[in-house]
Amino acid sequence: MKFGVLQFPGSCDEVDAVEAARNVGDAELIWHRDRDLRGAEAIIVPGGFSYGDYLRAGAIARFSPAMESVIAFARDGGLVLGICNGFQVLCEAHLLPGALLPNVNLRFTSRQVELDVVRGDTAFTRACAAGQRLSIPAKHSWGRYYADEATRRAMDESGQVVLRYAPGHNFNGSVDDIAAVRNDAGNVFGLMPHPEHAVDELIGGSADGLSIFESMRLAVEGTHA
Amino acid sequence: MPETATLPTVDDALALGLTRDEYELVCDKQGRPPNQVELAMYSLLWSEHCAYKHSRKLLRTLPTDGPHVVMGPGENAGAVDVGGGLVCAFKVESHNHPSAVEPFQGAATGVGGILRDIFAIGARPIAVLDSLRFGEPSGARARYLLDGAVSGIAHYGNSIGVPTVGGEVYFEAPYEQNCLVNAMALGLATRERLVRSAATGPGNLIVLFGASTGRDGIGGASVLASAELGGDGEQDRRPTVQVGDPFEEKKLLECSLELLDRRLLVSLQDLGAAGLTSSASEMASKGEVGIDLDVARVPLREPGMEPFEIMVSESQERMLCVVEPQNVEEVMGVCEKWEVGGAAIGTVTDSGRMRVLRDGELVGDMPVRALVDECPLYDLRPEKPAEALYRPGLATVAPDASAGEALLALLSCANLASRRPLFERYDSIVQSRTVRRPQEADAAVLALPDGSALAVSIDCNGRRVAADPYRGTIAAVLECAANLACVGAEPLGTTNNLNFGNPEKPHIAWQLSESVRGLGEACRALDAPIVGGNVSLYNEGATGPIYPTPVIGMVGRMPDARDCAQLGFARAGDEIALVGPFTPSLAASELSKLRGEPLPDGLPEIDLAAAAAAHAVVRDAVRDGELSSAHDIAEGGLAVALAECCVAGGLGATVELAQGDAPGEADAVATALFGEGSGGFVVSGAPEALSGLSAFVSLRRLGTVGGERLAIEVVDGARRTALELTLVDLSAAYSEGLAEFFA
Repeated sequence: MKFGVLQFPGSCDEVDAVEAARNVGDAELIWHRDRDLRGAEAIIVPGGFSYGDYLRAGAIARFSPAMESVIAFARDGGLVLGICNGFQVLCEAHLLPGALLPNVNLRFTSRQVELDVVRGDTAFTRACAAGQRLSIPAKHSWGRYYADEATRRAMDESGQVVLRYAPGHNFNGSVDDIAAVRNDAGNVFGLMPHPEHAVDELIGGSADGLSIFESMRLAVEGTHA
Repeated sequence: MPETATLPTVDDALALGLTRDEYELVCDKQGRPPNQVELAMYSLLWSEHCAYKHSRKLLRTLPTDGPHVVMGPGENAGAVDVGGGLVCAFKVESHNHPSAVEPFQGAATGVGGILRDIFAIGARPIAVLDSLRFGEPSGARARYLLDGAVSGIAHYGNSIGVPTVGGEVYFEAPYEQNCLVNAMALGLATRERLVRSAATGPGNLIVLFGASTGRDGIGGASVLASAELGGDGEQDRRPTVQVGDPFEEKKLLECSLELLDRRLLVSLQDLGAAGLTSSASEMASKGEVGIDLDVARVPLREPGMEPFEIMVSESQERMLCVVEPQNVEEVMGVCEKWEVGGAAIGTVTDSGRMRVLRDGELVGDMPVRALVDECPLYDLRPEKPAEALYRPGLATVAPDASAGEALLALLSCANLASRRPLFERYDSIVQSRTVRRPQEADAAVLALPDGSALAVSIDCNGRRVAADPYRGTIAAVLECAANLACVGAEPLGTTNNLNFGNPEKPHIAWQLSESVRGLGEACRALDAPIVGGNVSLYNEGATGPIYPTPVIGMVGRMPDARDCAQLGFARAGDEIALVGPFTPSLAASELSKLRGEPLPDGLPEIDLAAAAAAHAVVRDAVRDGELSSAHDIAEGGLAVALAECCVAGGLGATVELAQGDAPGEADAVATALFGEGSGGFVVSGAPEALSGLSAFVSLRRLGTVGGERLAIEVVDGARRTALELTLVDLSAAYSEGLAEFFA
């Protein structure tokens, strides 16, 4: 099982993502100008500030050569995880519904948050149980998830809301406490909190984020079987 | 040499910050009056900021050697050996005057500058801490500066992917006009990857890479950093503040480290204060060579820039390196990969001269030694002031306030309240090393690849230094070392940023020399040599000088990251003890400030050896896993330390204090509860573990952990309840103190 982690100029959490993924498989960086995904079986679009994010978070990165390949990879059913800036990039690329707006407090905010698992049967949460609570840090300025009502209704019907902020933990003001969503096909997933920063109790205060990477491994190795 | 239309006059030199005598000396060194380019360059390199002309002699008295020191003062940053083939580079620097003029960009570029210092020696930046000082937060200016500076630090640090793992902030009236923004950074490198800044090898090329050069930050080092702040000229000075771009710096950082990984550079230097002028001249001076620079080859942001403007511009996110000619193409290739501009702008020569050309035409020619090493150094004329320099503030706590009222007032005061509203603005976890996040322990703890860990702390209580520059500085060094001991780390090295007023005034000279004396003594006693630092003088305005503020940053190491302790109580039933040679006094304490009392003349004596011995005992006990928690006693004294342990751990405590040797009737209880001093720790653990400690250090049993409230009884013949407060009340006071300023 091999993860590819995109690296843009301005990525910050890409090495963290590589190290986190290595808990369950192989992982390597993919340079933003490369179209070759080098045999990766799952892609992680990591956190940070791709290309400086001066226009709008993720707005430039979605046009990068590597992202063109990721979009094609996703259309073919490949697993794609977007974390923080990566979530923003996936929304900008329309691989995920909705958009991310500035936090309600209009500030960069860094906090350990608790997330409720809405669905434990997705490619990204199958190592969790529905109703389980995950403790994972979040840190961002533009993390307020928004989708209009019609979109949200459609998302609810097709079970696209995968994680919600636990009561009292939705500091960014996301609509309906939505913390993580997947696409209709179920192979693209994005969230603002950082599971790659919760894979070691010593450093993350919790290792709950590992279950996301472990779920992806199970999903990929399941397709092999 | 072709001259610009007219030669500058002595008046021009004065306007640039040189004295009449210095101007004459420049003429001597040149053998003729300097032209505009030369005068601009001399005025910067001979400024206090670049030449340390009032502090260099004092700094020579500091200990800079030790078994762990790999790189001492003089390079872009110092470095200590941390084992496993790795070194830790670290340094603190100030960006005070820029932040006082434009807090967001001033603070942001302060972070950018200190990060460049770290990667200029080949280390990857792994952490930032900051030390901030503002006026009382009741004032609008202090709140404006606070919000701007914190936003600037967050903007730059978060965007570049280096965690902000700690820091400190104090609010005191003397910083009202002249705030302090000091930023410290740490980096990691393998020992063989470290690079120095000396230019060597005549014929080698000088390559400038990074951002293009514009008109921002002209005269930052001389006009801004080396003079007092004026009353109303601040708007005019705004163009002297640089504008930062963290994305550019992130690329520059990765590009620099890749160039070093590929072994393409002979030497590397960042461009900071005084831009190309100081970086090129200092590289030439260190390598004892000359450098020819052609300003026509410098990529510019705007057309029509004069040679002197190009030479003194402080545009951010630029580096200068020396490259062997055959490697230039590969260097440009790496720059292209990271989308960083690069241009060969000059050559190393054997002339010993700094020559500036424009399209081959000579426009400036100076001996490197004169520029860099022959600025006159001045002796200070220290004189202890006959009268108090600082006025007491307004009383907010009555002398007869109950102990409970005083504790709540202290917990919610701006200097002691929870820093969470600030720390939440910063990414403290990127790079996956942060074992203890801000406020979880007394020091930040960063895991290393071999399972060991670094610990780092930054501190200085300027009010105590103002009361007694010598002992106050010792106390600041001890505070840092105590913070390291609480997580189980021993000091490896120290950095410092000496923030003082105008050293040409005898009372400031006295503060500075007394403080440096204390700094040297304390660092010697703790085996924590000084590996680098910075001096920021002229921190005063119309209302007087700042509190003398020698900010201390200390880096330590512990063998096993898993052993580090926390500050909060961890287990009901644990016994609580006060460890160390702690003699509380209300002199210059937080409580005496809240009571509106004047600063005392002098602090009680400090037993450095006894304090250092107590640090060692606490450190070893933490490493051996004998303690559930460890927290040093600082502002607000024992009662505040206990309250912090309760709030952080979510557990109450029942404590009994002997009134002990606290002098005086009325204040005896207050002194026992809120008196301050060095050397004391509040620790908790199993009773047997604490008994074991008492063989090695003075240890007083205080009580037990548990319940929902902090209850403190004072025993002086009779037994009296001094205070009893619920965790809810303590937490509310503690968490709301600063929050309102960030609402």
